[in-house]
Amino acid sequence: MKAAEFDVNEKIGNVREILTDTQKKRGILIHAFQQIQKEHNYLPEEQLRLLSRKLDIPLSEVYSTASFYKHFYFKPRGKNVVCVCAGTACHVRGSHKVLEKFEEAFGVKEGETTPDLALTLETVGCVGCCGLAPVVTVNEDVVGDLSVKRVEALIKEVKGK
Amino acid sequence: MERLKSIDDLKKLSDRLKDETFRPEIPRVRLCSGTACTATGTPKVLSAMEEEAGKRGINLDIVKTGCQGLCQKGPVMKVEPQGLFYQKLKPEHAKAIISYTVLGNIPYRQSLYRDNILSEPIPEMTDVPFYKKQLRIALRNNGLIDPKNIHHYIAVGGYSALGKALGSMTPDRVLNEVDKANLRGRGGAGFPAGKKWKHTKSAQGKTKLVIANGDEGDPGAFMDRSVMEGDPHSLFEGMLLCAYAIGADYGMIYVRHEYPLAVKNLTHAINQAMELGILGKNILGTNFNFTIDIREGAGAFVCGESTALVASVEGERGFPRPRPPRLSERGGGVWGYPSNLNNIETYVCVPPIIEKGADWFMGIGTKNSPGTKVFALTGKVVNTGLVEVPMGITLKEIIYDIGGGVMDGKKFKAVQTGGPSGGCIPERLLDTPVDFDTLAKVGSMMGSGGMVVLDEDNCMVDVAKYFLSFCKSESCGKCPPCRIGTYQMLEILEKITTGKGESGDIEKLTAIGEKVKESALCGLGNSAPNPVLTTIKYFRDEYEEHIHDKYCRAKACSGLGVYSIDHEQCFLCGLCKQACGFDAVKETSRSFFIDQDYCTKCKACYLACPIGAVKIEKQKRKSVSVSG
Repeated sequence: MKAAEFDVNEKIGNVREILTDTQKKRGILIHAFQQIQKEHNYLPEEQLRLLSRKLDIPLSEVYSTASFYKHFYFKPRGKNVVCVCAGTACHVRGSHKVLEKFEEAFGVKEGETTPDLALTLETVGCVGCCGLAPVVTVNEDVVGDLSVKRVEALIKEVKGK
Repeated sequence: MERLKSIDDLKKLSDRLKDETFRPEIPRVRLCSGTACTATGTPKVLSAMEEEAGKRGINLDIVKTGCQGLCQKGPVMKVEPQGLFYQKLKPEHAKAIISYTVLGNIPYRQSLYRDNILSEPIPEMTDVPFYKKQLRIALRNNGLIDPKNIHHYIAVGGYSALGKALGSMTPDRVLNEVDKANLRGRGGAGFPAGKKWKHTKSAQGKTKLVIANGDEGDPGAFMDRSVMEGDPHSLFEGMLLCAYAIGADYGMIYVRHEYPLAVKNLTHAINQAMELGILGKNILGTNFNFTIDIREGAGAFVCGESTALVASVEGERGFPRPRPPRLSERGGGVWGYPSNLNNIETYVCVPPIIEKGADWFMGIGTKNSPGTKVFALTGKVVNTGLVEVPMGITLKEIIYDIGGGVMDGKKFKAVQTGGPSGGCIPERLLDTPVDFDTLAKVGSMMGSGGMVVLDEDNCMVDVAKYFLSFCKSESCGKCPPCRIGTYQMLEILEKITTGKGESGDIEKLTAIGEKVKESALCGLGNSAPNPVLTTIKYFRDEYEEHIHDKYCRAKACSGLGVYSIDHEQCFLCGLCKQACGFDAVKETSRSFFIDQDYCTKCKACYLACPIGAVKIEKQKRKSVSVSG
């Protein structure tokens, strides 16, 4: 989704009937970020500028809102996104060791992207799949019950992607 | 799908579907397609089952259900009419299951549940210990129906509470029924839903909103996720009943961004309900209008707090603000409209209450906490997963009878309930009944229902540090007590766990913790010190040990204890020497030993040793002789 094509009325949903134009434009902001990020993988500056003009919200405020939320990124991200769950269940079952393995294998720290944009390594508060702790998500897939051996196999698999 | 034009239409459709769907003479499998089972291989099992059934020309009804609870043993499946429960399925089992059970009517032993390798398998689902003590109200349809099929929901009696309310009850009667049932908010604080509905209803202004809080950020909890993914229509029905009772036209579900399947299933279900005339304008031919929109979060834990959630929906940064005005008042809700905000689980409990009456609901659970509660049982327990039990059941029953006890024969240490805002409960309090008030009395809380079992390998100081660092990084930073207080507490804990603790640290932690609790602006800050305060209360000796003896009995913290190699056990493999980055492991012709001057206590040798010959022991306290 390009910022310029964004249809505020359609995206805000049924509740538009009771909202003013300003409220609608504000209310759609986070959804707009999500749509832009879906296409570009991150929030490019020019798209944020376009969005700011389209919604009549100062760029500084657009940026301040986007930067508050963890899910929005201002730098390009890797082709593969590996997210190590750091939830309680995963923590007590050794997720920090899983993270260390990934950091070692790809030479990046948590929150960083490899220079060749092959991989972004992140952590998340909880994936909500605690039954299988420790859990990692690779792009959209959830991989659970990670033993040392399975982590190594997974790293190989991600490297091959 | 044809639009339903009256309550009668719904009744007719319901009667017809009850006869047509889930017919007993057709063999049926209910395959769990929840997140955990999908991760362990449901899609492959599904296609193998479909292929096998197709090959043999059997009319097999495969229902792709939401989470059935026993995530540890996934993928799981129930086969009907025998009621057999199969676990840890692989695609290659499909053939045998169809030959044995579907065609031959006998159980396929290999895939049945058993407690351990030596015990007899338990064929029927209702006899499996994990399910035996459960009572399902909120999760009643999880594992029964396909969440993508609204007809399944109606066939099991769904939307009949809505029909009953619209057909024969006034909004006030619906409200009174919920109030009388004393349904307490399942999000954790336990505020009675009926009271909240009343506030919102009596607020000024015609336009009101019904909001469902699906921002389940608590690490270790996933019941809301399972309901949104596995039974979205129950949530809609609960919201519809609330909207009818308080006179609201618009609804909203705020879902965590980390739950893509929930967003997908909810969107799909909304479209189906709109098509059928259960959502939208003039619902079932009455003049009741209600629509639901989905708002996705963007990864901020604090947005689960009601005022922060409002800010986020309005497109602002998710900062909480002081109350009043409450959400239920004019000027307090989303865009200033009075809004009723409840947790997902709370809404899901409403339809059965309307259908069966408040007295039925009050007959379950305890006097002050009626009904059931869903817990996400995780950590070092044999059977992890979602458990719904009547309130008043003891922690011991949940952990041992349902959860099967502690993993790998280790010793139980504590159970952490309520997520980052909760507390740790020690072994001697395991007979505590689980309800809102008793948990609060022992210093913990119900919270969203996360229940993490900890064993002897978990260090309580480290666990407290973990929760605090979560709260610290999730603090929005608006109010100083939370922003600075949690930071200072974390620094002290960091000191203690790395062996630099000093006497007086525990007192400092308690003092700061109490202050943060009192003065923070929102629930996040108010409860952030809880894990630290309860671990100090119940496990003070572990803190003392870290500070004074420089020793961690769980051997979880690095930098503590004295490292040595037990020469009786050591078989000279040399892995410890390889692992040591500081040349502290020295080799003689006959043995390895650790040079204490070089040792940084990084634990590398301890972790590398395959037989546990590297020991971490308490440093002997230097005795000070006082003479004369």
